[in-house]
Amino acid sequence: MTGPAATPGTNAGSAAEAPVMLEVEHLVVEFRSGKERVQAVSDISFEVRTGETLGLVGESGCGKTTTGRALVQVQPATSGSVRFQGQDLGRLSKRELRKTRTRIQMIFQDPISSLNPRRRIRDIVAEPLAIWGTGSAEERAAQVRSMLESVGIDPDTAGDRRPQEFSGGQCQRISIARALMAKPSMLICDEPVSALDVSVQAQILNLLADLKAAFGLTMVFIAHDLAVVKNVSDRVAVMYLGKLVELADSDDLYRSPAHPYTEALMASIPEPDPEHVSTHEPLTGELPSPLNPPSGCRFRTRCPYVQDRCASEEPPLREVSPGHQVACHFPLRQLSPVPERPAATTV
Amino acid sequence: MPDDRELRSTGSGQTLPTDTFPGQAAVDEMVVMRQEPAPETDEALARRPLGLLFWLALGWVGLVVLLAVIANLLPLPNPNLQNYAAINVGPSLHHLLGTDDLGRDLLSRIIYGARVSLVVGFGAVGIGMAIGGTLGLISGFRGGKLDIVLNAASFVILAFPAIVAVIAIVAFWGQTLAKITIIIGVATIPVLFRVVRASSLAYANRDFVVAARTLGATSTRIVFKEILPNVIPVAVAFGLIAVAGVIVLEGSLAFLGLSVALPTPSWGNIISEGTSNGNLSTNPYILMWPALAMFLLLLSINLIGDRLRQRFDVREGLL
Repeated sequence: MTGPAATPGTNAGSAAEAPVMLEVEHLVVEFRSGKERVQAVSDISFEVRTGETLGLVGESGCGKTTTGRALVQVQPATSGSVRFQGQDLGRLSKRELRKTRTRIQMIFQDPISSLNPRRRIRDIVAEPLAIWGTGSAEERAAQVRSMLESVGIDPDTAGDRRPQEFSGGQCQRISIARALMAKPSMLICDEPVSALDVSVQAQILNLLADLKAAFGLTMVFIAHDLAVVKNVSDRVAVMYLGKLVELADSDDLYRSPAHPYTEALMASIPEPDPEHVSTHEPLTGELPSPLNPPSGCRFRTRCPYVQDRCASEEPPLREVSPGHQVACHFPLRQLSPVPERPAATTV
Repeated sequence: MPDDRELRSTGSGQTLPTDTFPGQAAVDEMVVMRQEPAPETDEALARRPLGLLFWLALGWVGLVVLLAVIANLLPLPNPNLQNYAAINVGPSLHHLLGTDDLGRDLLSRIIYGARVSLVVGFGAVGIGMAIGGTLGLISGFRGGKLDIVLNAASFVILAFPAIVAVIAIVAFWGQTLAKITIIIGVATIPVLFRVVRASSLAYANRDFVVAARTLGATSTRIVFKEILPNVIPVAVAFGLIAVAGVIVLEGSLAFLGLSVALPTPSWGNIISEGTSNGNLSTNPYILMWPALAMFLLLLSINLIGDRLRQRFDVREGLL
């Protein structure tokens, strides 16, 4: 199943041909509590291409944060592999992993918890250099200064202060500065703006976009807010209860979602128009317990289009059009190819 | 946009007078005054000055420590010198706090006795913190099987009444200052372990620890640079409260005649002497002075510990 080589249209067009930077294959992360096992992430596979931003969305508890942590090996994978620039991170020795993982950095949801309350900002930001003993004290100080400036923090007033003296948005800027000091190729942003005010959210998102361009970063952007993800992502992966249900170019996904869950998520994005009347039935019910996930398709208990086959057979992730994968027996747009992709013949 | 007057109009169309009764300004002021002491936020509490009481307490502890250290240099009579010419005399210029039933100077005995209380108090907690605190730091950070085993062990040890074990061991091992300090020190290990472990555990999964890991920090570096600085304030504050507890424990042992051997003075054994041989009725000063000194020392240490704990707990509350 190979799509046409030339992919016109979307902003992901150039990224689609870029080399793969991160490759996740059959990743499973299990938590044990006593005898019970919970699969927070059950068998997901995707890849991130150099230079792109991959959005990862889903409800709370769907495993997106765990996935993010498994990518940097902070959360050990139960099975499956994470290959970064060709290296299987799970198979590296402790020492190799220590060196290699610095190339993937994380930004966390809680800006205050991500900075040590007892250390000064200049020490926090210099930490990546101090760990590896890079440069002299003066060189480090100079690098810290320029990095703080590039994230919009005044190094003169901020350097000697401690994290409590800063707002959430400023703390997030400092976290970003620290991450970038490690000179990463990839940044994993785990809900970086969901703890911030809306006005500050925009500032941080713009900052991330600027820095991505300036430092040539590849990003994985985890969020539950689809409106945010849409703006920053080239491609978007939708997760439901530990499974990947849909993966597509951002524009493609938002214009014509193929999975009923994605459709429901789209419909839940608030419209700024007060006259707007939602035509879509809201999702009912709760996220089922991952301790005892539904048989077959995990979304079937809440799916408006559920059929018998959904309970007996688990839908595999397959392509409905080039670059658009969905895990559903009855995808919403199997027969309606995207307007921009007339070349999509091999489905 | 309706103007102010329209908003104030009632249902019947009447307009309420905009200016109120003559005393309104005074009432407003009172309302403001009543609201004035705004409920202190955690942040305000953390920044509030430590207070006069704190400094008084610190001053008392400092004075006791200083006197105990320089006791040899002070113009004091030998604490064990029995002066039969001056038995049970009250406070005077010659004997500032008076003498006991054997004619020994009480001030001298209390100052030398403070050495025992302080050495046992700080020494034992030092030993407990060195062993229990270190284990707690590692256990809370590492987690896993090590944590389960150490935690279970601490529960088992805590289930025994410490004082009974201490009395039994002191009784057959010996009553020197060093031995008593070691025995009580070992007894404090499980308590200090638990406090430090809990604090270490609370920080072990913070995002800044994960960040340090992704930056390539080794576990040793994370423990020293990220966890320890956060645990120390809690450990110091609780350690001080433990010192007060240990001083009481030593006092109890001394009262039972199980602390340092007589005639070496300790606050506990002076108190004990104060209650024996009918001294309580003939010379209550023997009991009163060491009891007062100990009471003030414990009060001060607890106060300092509590105030520090408050200040540092708030930091966590802020997160």
